[in-house]
Amino acid sequence: MSEEEKDQVIEGHEHHHDHSHEAAHHHHLHAAQSHHTHGYHLLQVENLSIGFDMYEQTGKWTSARAFSPVIHGLNISVHEGEIVAIVGASGSGKTVLADAIMGLYEPNSLVEGTIYFDGVEQTTETLAQHRGREIAFVPQSVKSLDPLMRVGKQIGGTAEKRAELFQQYRLDPQVERMYPHELSGGMARRVLLCTALVSDPKLIIADEPTPGLDLELAVQAMADFRAFANKGGGVLLITHDIELALSVADRVAVFRDGTVIEETAVANFSSPDTLQEEFSRSLWRALPEHEFAVIPMEEGWR
Amino acid sequence: MAKLIGKQLLKFIALMFAVSVVVFFLVGLSPIDPVQANVGQAAYAALSPEKKAELATYWGTNLPIWERYLNWLLAALQGDWGISLRFNQPVTAVLAQRAGNTLLLMLVAWLLSGVIGLFMGIVAGMKKGSGFDAFVKGYCFVLASTPTFWFGLIMLMIFAVWLGWFPLGFSVPIGKSAADVTLADTLYHLILPAATLSIVGVANIALHTREKTIDVMESDYIRFAQARGMSRWQALRTHGLRNLLLPAITLQCASISEIFGGSVLVEQVFSYPGLGQAAVTAGIGGDAALLVGIAMVSAVIVFGGNLLANILYRVVDPRIRQGGDAL
Repeated sequence: MSEEEKDQVIEGHEHHHDHSHEAAHHHHLHAAQSHHTHGYHLLQVENLSIGFDMYEQTGKWTSARAFSPVIHGLNISVHEGEIVAIVGASGSGKTVLADAIMGLYEPNSLVEGTIYFDGVEQTTETLAQHRGREIAFVPQSVKSLDPLMRVGKQIGGTAEKRAELFQQYRLDPQVERMYPHELSGGMARRVLLCTALVSDPKLIIADEPTPGLDLELAVQAMADFRAFANKGGGVLLITHDIELALSVADRVAVFRDGTVIEETAVANFSSPDTLQEEFSRSLWRALPEHEFAVIPMEEGWR
Repeated sequence: MAKLIGKQLLKFIALMFAVSVVVFFLVGLSPIDPVQANVGQAAYAALSPEKKAELATYWGTNLPIWERYLNWLLAALQGDWGISLRFNQPVTAVLAQRAGNTLLLMLVAWLLSGVIGLFMGIVAGMKKGSGFDAFVKGYCFVLASTPTFWFGLIMLMIFAVWLGWFPLGFSVPIGKSAADVTLADTLYHLILPAATLSIVGVANIALHTREKTIDVMESDYIRFAQARGMSRWQALRTHGLRNLLLPAITLQCASISEIFGGSVLVEQVFSYPGLGQAAVTAGIGGDAALLVGIAMVSAVIVFGGNLLANILYRVVDPRIRQGGDAL
């Protein structure tokens, strides 16, 4: 069965968009949640490659211009109403991917590929217009807040909007007047989520949102993302934690060596037989409830 | 708060005491004989030994140094800071005359170098690697290694001698009575020395701000601000500046001592009658009373600068404000 046929079988409904794109569109398997509202994906990244043009030392006194690829041939899609987790090792280029989707590029980076958002092909300029509005980012920690500015002012938006969000996310109104260093871990996480939600985004990109949180807070954080997705938003969750990804996401994209090697429904992780890539299977085996097998070095996170 | 003020006051008194002791004993160790220096080489040689002894007794130079210090200290505590050997006036009168000139010169130079240096540093840091950045770095490295007095001489040559735009020196026009001196006259005489001091003083603050700008622009909160839709310059304005200003203000307050040191040289070059020039005169003439007085005043200025930095820190940074004990 070809990739496309599988897609059609699992998805079980007709596509309304231009079928000439079809082959390139679908590198992924759907979950029950995945729907093509309006006939397209909320976010679709196709064949994305990012590299840096830099100088490398070649000898004691010499250096040469070199191209260092970070991401190559990457495909990933987010449907409305679903959480897609990108699972990969720390330092494997996941943050570069998040930046690319927001149109934030280093001056020396070379970018190829196509990004569709809400059915429209994007350029760096249009992505810049969406970022912080339709596409919102939830950073890892409170370090991403200005240490010298009060929280309320940093969240922005109108006072009513903030009051609404604070109530929804169980934040005391006094938090508005606090500085970032005064926030507890759980408060900080909700404040960061509010910074994203204040602009009524369609897509949230969350970068490692749970490290440093205890289990209860992490579960709560994930429930908040779930609620956002259930209201029709899309969440791209970047994490190194496969267990977390499996417990909250609808689909999982396995990120390795600068590309997504498998993008599949969480349900397919219930058995190694439904996983297509050997590396994904070794991830499955490494899960605590299975054999807890160590990923062989040559197979390991790179 | 009262506790903090008390602590600062105690520090201040200890500092004043230490400065007076150190300066007094250093002058005492100096090989310059105050009597000889003030009477003059030729006249001193012609003096009879009895006259020399009489003068030495009059100036107290034959007393042991600790006794001289104690005499000075007791008088100083009662407001009598002694008579300046060289100016033949009470030290307090000389200081009052001179401090105004120096404070004005320092204030102008301090503000100019702070504002210009901050601006240069921010733009260079934002445009790291650009032509402007290279210019700022080059300018600062050259100036940081330029002696102030030499630069003052160059300024004098160009602007006072060749172009004739500014006076050669002094703080007021020659031959004008003190009552007729206008504010314009004062400013006109101030421009060249103040420009010299601030052009040299810019290097430190500009280079520091440049580094800090680069750091801040790479920080998580600036990256996040950009991810929320701000441009680099918007992010700088909203979040960068307040984080940049704090260390810049501290550095600039701490650099008051350097500007004061520079003003000694600049006043000498421009014959500008300030504390710096008086300090040189006092040092060469073995004028201990005046030298101690000047050292005390400069210690007050530098202490004031550091205190100001601490207070500003508390005002600007909530982490310190709530931490409590910044002073």
